[in-house]
Amino acid sequence: MRDRRLGVYALTRSPRAANVAAGLALAALAAGALALGEVALPLGDVLAVLGSAIGVGSAAPEQAAQIVWQIRAPRIAAALLVGAALAAAGTAYQGMFRNALVSPDILGVSAGAAAGAVLAIFFSQNAFVIQAAAFGGGFAAVALAYAVAAAARGHDPGLALVLSGVVIGSLLGAVVALVKALADPLNQLPPITFWLLGSLAAVTPRDLALAGPLVVCGLLPLLLLRWRMNLLALDDDEARSLGIPVTALRLAVVCAATLITAACVAISGVIGWVGLLIPHAARLLVGPEFSRLLPLAMLLGAAFLVTVDTLCRTATSIELPPGVVTALVGTPAFLFLLLRTRRRWQ
Amino acid sequence: MILEARALAFGYPGRRIAKGLDLALSAGEVLCVLGPNGGGKTTLFRTLLGLHPALEGELRLGGTPLAALRRNEVAQRLGYVPQDHAPEYPFTVRDVALMGRAARIGLFGAPAARDLAAADAALEALGIAHLAERPYTEVSGGERQLALLARALAQEPLALVLDEPTANLDFGNQVRVLRQLRQLADRRLAVVFSTHRPDEAFHGASHALLLTRGGAFHYGAPDEVITAGNLKAVYGVAVHVAAVDGTRVCVPQFQTEECLAGFSKPPR
Repeated sequence: MRDRRLGVYALTRSPRAANVAAGLALAALAAGALALGEVALPLGDVLAVLGSAIGVGSAAPEQAAQIVWQIRAPRIAAALLVGAALAAAGTAYQGMFRNALVSPDILGVSAGAAAGAVLAIFFSQNAFVIQAAAFGGGFAAVALAYAVAAAARGHDPGLALVLSGVVIGSLLGAVVALVKALADPLNQLPPITFWLLGSLAAVTPRDLALAGPLVVCGLLPLLLLRWRMNLLALDDDEARSLGIPVTALRLAVVCAATLITAACVAISGVIGWVGLLIPHAARLLVGPEFSRLLPLAMLLGAAFLVTVDTLCRTATSIELPPGVVTALVGTPAFLFLLLRTRRRWQ
Repeated sequence: MILEARALAFGYPGRRIAKGLDLALSAGEVLCVLGPNGGGKTTLFRTLLGLHPALEGELRLGGTPLAALRRNEVAQRLGYVPQDHAPEYPFTVRDVALMGRAARIGLFGAPAARDLAAADAALEALGIAHLAERPYTEVSGGERQLALLARALAQEPLALVLDEPTANLDFGNQVRVLRQLRQLADRRLAVVFSTHRPDEAFHGASHALLLTRGGAFHYGAPDEVITAGNLKAVYGVAVHVAAVDGTRVCVPQFQTEECLAGFSKPPR
């Protein structure tokens, strides 16, 4: 059976090997990202800077240390954090909604965050208020979707949740469009567009200090519940008959994934594709079992976004929006996966 | 007594399906539940599993009132095998069996060695250990049914409830699954299963329950419940109940006018 689909599931027997390989690749990519930029640094200097930070090796060149710590490290840390976080949220949602076409913003978190941020920009608020509005908007959108779905009895709860999320998301999309139409085209529209396309360029250490703990708070329950998450892929009655309090577990996952996504969107804007694509890639390598899938998906998500972001800031003389690059890379990759795995999505 | 119902009424508020149902099933006994589509088999099963509240009466599981048990306590006593389904993701057969351990694994836990041993023992007992690493989505319908049965056995339950375990199976696998149920009962389990084929009540069941659309029911030994008169009344089809090699079989009177008349006008 396995030979017939060479490559598919190739690493199932050893998820640890997959994680180690992905971890090493991630470390190499992150070091490469630290070296690349407007001023290219020799990789040896980067390693010396990193080594001296933990008290290993000789003193690093002053200028290299400054570039690494002041300019590149916050942005690369943000790429790693956001990439891992969005991949984790996407993995959780794809399992929970029994649908491999679901992404972290299926319940409207991105639309809510975008509406919040765009309104804050429209009313000329400072960066912190914009971030807070994005976070609050994302959370409020999902809370509304959840409340509507909970009130809609007589429907499959998972389906009702997705439907209300999609509908509320589209309403908020209209709010965003309205604000764009009303915004001052010189002073407000550029930051709005920039925000909607997503960017890691402006991430500061302070942003990381705010968003990082929120993301960790959301990741922790997913990591702790990693095995139990598998049972959400079953029918509700089936999972209940196995002893799982489905409604409570689903609510916990929605809260965790929303926290993760809203915190990410607040600092990076809307970066699509990571949460949709990466879980597929990870599933191809280690299969759908969630406790094997989640760590690998996080590593791959971090590696993917740090690569994309490095391309965004080095490929051309202007800064590319990462959402554009993830879409350019994501579409063919996703189509490849779709064709490759069609047999198992009967 | 493992599974007991006293004066049970089940259904939905304002739409009661049946009342006054008394069931008693000990270890080693098998109950075959029959009834027309929409006759309430699914609702009865959901009630037995504690997924849906009983309207009246009491259910007991291993002597404890079902209503007093928490969800995971029910799962430690009662294994449920749903109808064959095609899940979204290709979990391995072993992963599926391991899910049966959920009620015995802590909230933040993962399967330990004894859980793996229980899952593998269940696969072994059902003769599908060689499929452990295969994706559940790629094995045959009969093998999937056995994998779900293995999941239920991994719960280490006192009783099993199976929703149409032979539906969607080829003839050979139907017989194999029924024999398997009989053997599991012989290993001190109580078994409840539903089916659309009255013959199956004669394949190892100790009790039969025949539900009707009107809320009446027949309960007792299969010989007493599965009679030509009862089947005619419930399904509107004339049937001979004959014996072949000591096993009873139900033969529809396919050629007679009486049989056709029954099809066109089912009794309510």
